[in-house]
Amino acid sequence: MGQNGPKADVIQLTFPSQTEYLGVARLTVSGVANRMGFSYEDIEDIKLAVGEACTNAVEHAYGEHEEPGAIHMTCHVHSDRLVIVISDQGVGFAGELKPDQLTPIYSGRDIDDLEEGGLGLYLIHTLMDEVVIRSDRGVAISMTKCVRRDGVAGDDDWTISKAEV
Amino acid sequence: MDLTMETTSTENEHYVILRGDIDAHTGVQVKETLMALAKQPNATLISVNLEAVEYMDSTGIGIFIAVMKACKQTECTFQVDKLSSRVERLFRITGLYDHIAIHKGESE
Repeated sequence: MGQNGPKADVIQLTFPSQTEYLGVARLTVSGVANRMGFSYEDIEDIKLAVGEACTNAVEHAYGEHEEPGAIHMTCHVHSDRLVIVISDQGVGFAGELKPDQLTPIYSGRDIDDLEEGGLGLYLIHTLMDEVVIRSDRGVAISMTKCVRRDGVAGDDDWTISKAEV
Repeated sequence: MDLTMETTSTENEHYVILRGDIDAHTGVQVKETLMALAKQPNATLISVNLEAVEYMDSTGIGIFIAVMKACKQTECTFQVDKLSSRVERLFRITGLYDHIAIHKGESE
């Protein structure tokens, strides 16, 4: 039970690289996070980060004309944190990750200058406590969210939060 | 987990209520519907109610940016009429909040 204890419970989900399964990945991580005692807001933030990472994988990992590959989601449940790894065996994004992809939309910009994509990684970095991205054979993104037991996000908080369906 | 859309049109104004989840899967339908409305030459208003949207990610942000651009071309007003706390959070984190016309309800 030590916070650096090597043992973590592992929950894995493998799903086809198709958008129709994004909801399944979100629902799975939502269930895991709920069990761990995350607050309602934290659970929703985790779902959003996982949704963004899985969407990136589904949209970019495998070519359009290939058979849909597999996306893997692995949840490592530690006593004090949840580590989620989303990985694929696709083409990776060699050199495509630019610093300007990690910024929000600035208020001074004209609507015509706004891009319709590229916010996913910014959101993941904003919502999670630690993010590590590795790209060689495919992409693996590791995201950590720490359980906050102080303040309103106490052990009992989630039981009175609005439950997801 | 799913998404429903309900469109009510009065003359040149279109009111769309979205309920459920907006992601890369359900977003295709949302984008098609809203872009079709935005491209109608006589449309003057597209109002989107997001109060019952339980999940939305950057796919939704991208859709609204695309629709806002299309509306600018046709001089149609695009506005969000009410939004859930989750959607508001997403708008604020991404910065779209400062670019989008939002009506939070009659009380304001």
